[in-house]
Amino acid sequence: MSRSALFLCLFAVLAGAVLLAVLNLAVPDGAALHVSTYVVSLAGKYLCFAILALALDLVWGFAGILSLGHAAFFALGGYAMGMYLMREIGPRGVYGNAILPDFMVFLNWKELPWYWHGFDNPGFAVLMAIAVPGLIALVFGWLAFRSRVSGVYLSIITQALTYALLLAFFRNDMGFGGNNGLTDFKDIVGFDLHADATRDGLLVLTAVMLALMLVIARFVVTSRFGKVLIAVRDTESRTRFLGYRPERYKLFVFVLSAVMCGIGGALYVPQIGIINPSEFSPANSIEAVIWVAVGGRGTLVGAILGAVLVNFGKTIFTGALPELWLFALGALFILVTLLLPNGVLGLFAKRAPKRATTVVQEPAE
Amino acid sequence: MTMMCRLLLLLVLSVAALPAHAQTEDPFAGLASDDFDGISQAITALALSGDKQAAPTIRALQAEALFAGTDGALLIKSDAGYRDARTGAPVADVDEDSLNPVKVNNKVRRAVEAGLGSLDLFAATPDIRRKAAEAVFTSRDPAILPALARALAQEKDAGVATVMREAQAASMLESADAVVADKVAAVATLRLRGDLEAQSLLASLHDQPPAVMAAASTAISAIARLQQLWSIVQSVIYGLSLGSVLLLAAAGLAITFGVMGVINMAHGEMVMLGAYTTFVVQEVIRAYVPGLFWASLFIAVPLAFMVSGAVGILIERGLIRFLYGRPLETLLATWGLSLVLQQAVRSVFGANNRDVGTPAWMSGAAQWGGVTVTYNRLTIVVFAFLVLAALMATLRYTALGLRMRAVTQNRRMAAAMGIRTPWIDALTFGLGSGIAGMAGVALSQIDNVSPNLGQGYIIDSFMVVVFGGVGNLWGTLVSAMTLGIVNKFLEPVAGAVLGKIVVLVLLILFIQRKPRGMFPLKGRAVEA
Repeated sequence: MSRSALFLCLFAVLAGAVLLAVLNLAVPDGAALHVSTYVVSLAGKYLCFAILALALDLVWGFAGILSLGHAAFFALGGYAMGMYLMREIGPRGVYGNAILPDFMVFLNWKELPWYWHGFDNPGFAVLMAIAVPGLIALVFGWLAFRSRVSGVYLSIITQALTYALLLAFFRNDMGFGGNNGLTDFKDIVGFDLHADATRDGLLVLTAVMLALMLVIARFVVTSRFGKVLIAVRDTESRTRFLGYRPERYKLFVFVLSAVMCGIGGALYVPQIGIINPSEFSPANSIEAVIWVAVGGRGTLVGAILGAVLVNFGKTIFTGALPELWLFALGALFILVTLLLPNGVLGLFAKRAPKRATTVVQEPAE
Repeated sequence: MTMMCRLLLLLVLSVAALPAHAQTEDPFAGLASDDFDGISQAITALALSGDKQAAPTIRALQAEALFAGTDGALLIKSDAGYRDARTGAPVADVDEDSLNPVKVNNKVRRAVEAGLGSLDLFAATPDIRRKAAEAVFTSRDPAILPALARALAQEKDAGVATVMREAQAASMLESADAVVADKVAAVATLRLRGDLEAQSLLASLHDQPPAVMAAASTAISAIARLQQLWSIVQSVIYGLSLGSVLLLAAAGLAITFGVMGVINMAHGEMVMLGAYTTFVVQEVIRAYVPGLFWASLFIAVPLAFMVSGAVGILIERGLIRFLYGRPLETLLATWGLSLVLQQAVRSVFGANNRDVGTPAWMSGAAQWGGVTVTYNRLTIVVFAFLVLAALMATLRYTALGLRMRAVTQNRRMAAAMGIRTPWIDALTFGLGSGIAGMAGVALSQIDNVSPNLGQGYIIDSFMVVVFGGVGNLWGTLVSAMTLGIVNKFLEPVAGAVLGKIVVLVLLILFIQRKPRGMFPLKGRAVEA
């Protein structure tokens, strides 16, 4: 990934978000340049997905870990934020209970479960949105990498992980709202979630976080650490024989990636207004993989580009020809893997071979 | 000699005369009496008499169509007129004013019911006798004991006799004047019956002699142990049933993933295509030859094999062969393919569940001791094992199987021996897909046939194959059955959803310990 592509991407994300926010707030309704709130929240959603894609590219593109459960970390972060937003509703809920969220009153619960304590504090919620995905990734990754589970096996057990979480969060007794999830949010740290200004603020915040993560990710992969990581990706056993401990490198980047996903999810929920167990469905995680593949695996910038492009296409398709969307998505999976192994960015790289993107090569098994 | 003959003849005659003698005391007379006690006793006596007219008379009383004349005549009223209750012969010129209905109160009604019950004990059809005996078991009326004894003496059907003995035992325990030894024997009979009803009956005993109570309490705990045993057996059977579903879903995958190493995320869609093939076959049969509906599944199985197998060969030739050696790319491309196939089926057949019928021979359930097994589940268990056996035989004994094994073991050497490896790859993939299609026929009987059918099985199937050890069909069998049984044992403890989660977590942990499954292939294949 070239330096200029990085700056171009940072600029596009930040400037784009600020521009949309300003056009939404400052330009009056009905004017030609006015941007509707719908577009603002759509852009916010794309940027959250871009965070997820960026995190996935970090593990898949640079450590060779094809996680089919990354949306689970995203959803966990979302649930942490959702719990805060739920507590923030306070007595304004349908049942007017100052402590218990509506669904708990509905289930006839008398007390707040212990794991809901502290979520009235937004700082604590953000901490949890980082810590919970991070911890799960740490335990899961430690178990998996230590026993050298890799390749397709790892993909399948990550899929099983998100599937298990999906089933768990569907249960009412879990205390996360069951099937319906968490919704009906009112405001975030005092700002009305339905106000345009709040939505614009969240969009800009998301763009800033995405830019920050892109810089961090870029720093990680270009550092000495990143070089080892790429070595692990390409030939893990050879790297091990050279005296490195591949599992530590993989574990670090896996946890970092999960934390990024958690933050992405935490930003996603206030903008979308709902979080429910379907976010854990394995299909979501696999869809995120195709965003990365479309943009160009192992390029970071490509992941962001792919997430925005594919989701933009999805919005257009599901609006105009909903029955054709799955055909289009399926065809995208097939065509990208067959014809565009380096994604959209790979097309440009061919024109300027000197600035070739990282060559993606499967370890010869 | 002649003397002996005469004596015997006399004996036979006197025995034959006995019932005739009993009938000479008119059991009908009491029905015309004024007090309810008399009527009740008369009903019981009548029911025990064995008289042909007993049943219609008591039924008439139940319908309040039995009338007594002032002259002691008993008449049954029907639409066609009156009949004599004693003979059943029609009676003309009845003076309706002289008739009084036989009076009925609750006590009489009870007597009527008990009487009808004991009459049914002598019915011609064994089913009615069995039902009557079961009714006695529930009502536990000591008054019926003599009738029961008589019915038991002439019962020829062993199964009905058992139920009668149990009914006798239950009634015996209620009887005030039965001797202790009989009651203890009765407890033993109930203990042999060993179900929940017997257990609650024994638990409800009170004011009995100590010997009976002691026998009852040991019987109760014996029954409880038995019940526990049955519930374990039932769980194992449910587990085998779930396991064979998993086995069916995973058997094809054991070929494509296990033997070939191809990650086919569209495997579930092959299953779905098989289920839709069944649907189409049934629609055609319904429209043109409804008489053949019973055979629809037999027709669907080979068709589903061919449809899914053909699609599988197309997939291998058109997509997967370009991606050999790149498992992660294969995974993504086949996932995309699964989306396309789902949407295609949704466009053709609609998004709703399609109705796949169950042939008559597959509906119903078998009861065996304390366990129930539905026939469709039983059929699926048998089918799963047949499919696995056929698959193993194909790999072991056919020329195609030999080539398949040769190619997977050493591709270059196989090619050098003249085997067309690309063609074998396509056929192997087609075989795995075809088996998935046959699984679809079976699953259409127990699951909703919708475009999402396959999605529910894909993760489970991969788990089964990975758990069992890749490339090992026996491992797949053991792992499917283990997962099925563990699931069913966890369900009552943890609930269905939590049980599934626990199994998934256990599996994830297991793969950490043994990344190559329970039965890993030994030798160089491990490193491949």
